Amino acid sequence: MSNSATRVAYRNARLLDPASGLDQRGDLLTEGAKIADFGPSLFADGVPEGIEVVDLQGQCLAPGLVDMRVLIGEPGEEEKDTIKSASRAAVAGGITAVVLLPNTDPVTDEVASLEFIARRAREVRLVKVFAYAAATRGTEGNEITEMGLLSRAGAVAFTDGTKAIASAKAMRRALSYARTFDKLIVQHPEEPSLASGGMMNSGERATRLGLIGIPREAEIIMIERDLRLLELSGGRLHFAHVTTGESVDLIRRAKARGLKVTCDTAPHYFALTETDVGDYRTFAKVSPPLRGEMDRRAIVEGLADGTIDAIASDHTPQDQDQKRLPFAQAACGVIGLETLFPLTLELVHKGAMPLLKALACVTVKPAELLGLPLGRIAKGAPADLIAFDLDVPWKVDVAAFKSKSKNSPFEDRPVQGRPLRTVVDGRTVWQFEG
Amino acid sequence: MTGSPHSTTVFPHRHLLGIEGLTAGEITTILDLADGYVEQNRQPSKKSSLLDGRTIVNLFFENSTRTRTSFELAGKRLGADVINMSSDGSSVKKGETLIDTAMTLNAMHLDALVVRHADSGAVKLLADKVNCSVINAGDGHHEHPTQGLLDALAIRRRLGSLDGLIVAICGDILHSRVARSNIHLLNAMGARVRVVAPPTLIPSQIDRLGVEIHHSMATGLKDADVVMMLRLQTERMSGQYVPSTREYFYFYGLDYEKLAVAKPHAVVMHPGPMNRGVEIDSEVADDLKRSMILDQVELGVAVRMAVLDLLTRDRRGTDV
Repeated sequence: MSNSATRVAYRNARLLDPASGLDQRGDLLTEGAKIADFGPSLFADGVPEGIEVVDLQGQCLAPGLVDMRVLIGEPGEEEKDTIKSASRAAVAGGITAVVLLPNTDPVTDEVASLEFIARRAREVRLVKVFAYAAATRGTEGNEITEMGLLSRAGAVAFTDGTKAIASAKAMRRALSYARTFDKLIVQHPEEPSLASGGMMNSGERATRLGLIGIPREAEIIMIERDLRLLELSGGRLHFAHVTTGESVDLIRRAKARGLKVTCDTAPHYFALTETDVGDYRTFAKVSPPLRGEMDRRAIVEGLADGTIDAIASDHTPQDQDQKRLPFAQAACGVIGLETLFPLTLELVHKGAMPLLKALACVTVKPAELLGLPLGRIAKGAPADLIAFDLDVPWKVDVAAFKSKSKNSPFEDRPVQGRPLRTVVDGRTVWQFEG
Repeated sequence: MTGSPHSTTVFPHRHLLGIEGLTAGEITTILDLADGYVEQNRQPSKKSSLLDGRTIVNLFFENSTRTRTSFELAGKRLGADVINMSSDGSSVKKGETLIDTAMTLNAMHLDALVVRHADSGAVKLLADKVNCSVINAGDGHHEHPTQGLLDALAIRRRLGSLDGLIVAICGDILHSRVARSNIHLLNAMGARVRVVAPPTLIPSQIDRLGVEIHHSMATGLKDADVVMMLRLQTERMSGQYVPSTREYFYFYGLDYEKLAVAKPHAVVMHPGPMNRGVEIDSEVADDLKRSMILDQVELGVAVRMAVLDLLTRDRRGTDV
């Protein structure tokens, strides 16, 4: 502990730590980049000289969010989002760490690409930026990448990101080889030959609109296959953005059998359904597609019973040129950095999940999956924190968002709860200006 | 207004993007008006001055001869100036987006825009950006409302009413905008609709649109009053959806033998262009007692005149 390190006292907070179950009034002291201490009577004798005091007036103080699925356009498509614009959006959304997908141009499949991302993140110095490396070279689904060297260079896990690892052989090898480095393989669970050409969920709605459907089975089949491969190869497997009730059931049963499998979902899969496609709204075009109401409910249940481990924004910026098109031609994806938190809190306000459990899905759980020492309030832990108002009602206003792209299907949605202050490594990097 | 009877029913739509959402009353309004235009079109002088000085653009992003010609004739017989644009000659080929094209045309003060596009929903996207009336001349697999209307007019003129009729729509339902428009229209008018095709050509949950699903012509055509054949595109015959033309014709091609289970007076329809020997046998197609294929072509012009008339009434200051 250096005496010169900046010390900040957060007073009169509702301290929330999902990892330990802490939910208590108290104070928290940061020293430099770390949490020095916290508790109900930390400053019973007053705050010592030289400590900056932030009075939270009873608002919540929790670990900052860890968003494990973020796509940005840098390098290659900087007009959509850059590390800088996405970092600003992230901290405004209460996110203190992001994990970037490798689907950039060039693909993140080389050590040099990881170094580039790290350098840009250091220059911007807002949110903590981590990166996946591709599981296969060029995300082409054939040869596995240099997982060892990429791990040493900082890759937190391996995935082909928005593309499924379609070949059973490549998936088997990836799972098997990644064991050496105890790294997670993250799969986009969608059988491409069933999904190709598809534009939205298969069913009555797609039939009425004359759009080519993607059957739910495209996801279910891939999960079934990969669970078999996991049993065969060992390793750790994580399914990104699961969307169907059967997906949750399969993973629930696999976990019960002791398989090392985890999964996440994105807010649009528990907050929207295929009905939101309406009359060809391209902002509701996502991959995998929005499903029906029964699946939406099953996703909420999966979160509630812990089968779904984490919630990730699945932030996918697309500019107007990619969205103001006929539905068939429009690109997939929604931005999510600035709606992840309020939409997660929606589960709490609707009574689907207790607050600490919901917070765990966006803090400590994704951090643990990726082996990151983040997402907790503990002595000596990184001082990555958010102060937030749990109850304040507001309406999503995409024009006010920091993200460069504005493709959100949640415009005008009434939500409750918003971040007030975001702290990364003990430094306030964003404050709400009401 | 020679030959166009006034209707008293309200038609409260600016565009015609699909049949879904139209009421039976609104459909009847169009068909009644079209009946009058059929008579006008049979006169030696077919032209009226109803749309004198009005401009209509036919904007076709997909090749079409019969639908485009039909719309062109409809506009011209009402006295409008009609301009044809196809994707070949236009800036669309140079990379201009659909919305830019819409804004450009909008600046030219059109009265009506007739659009065909290969993507479902593309016509709606255009309609949201322009001030004139937009008529969907076919968007992807979604709808082709004037085809549905002309089919209904043909049936009504031949069989008197649509109410209670059994109509079998046969063939490539999956990719057919004609099927969707007809399903919505026939249901709205009280007909019983069946779709008949191999399961590979039936879209997911189409029963929820109010149709019975049949996979054999024997059950699908039983006691039918109307048999509508759809065009099968040959690129879909390469083993992707059906194994071969030969196999398809054997099981789903319409010939007298398969037609025998339908009602004795049953009529046969086809939106054209036909693949003789693929989905329909020439003998049936050319049987003037059974086939309404040429009636459909004739009535298409009248229906499109009725639609142009109705949709432009607001801007012409005519009471609907």
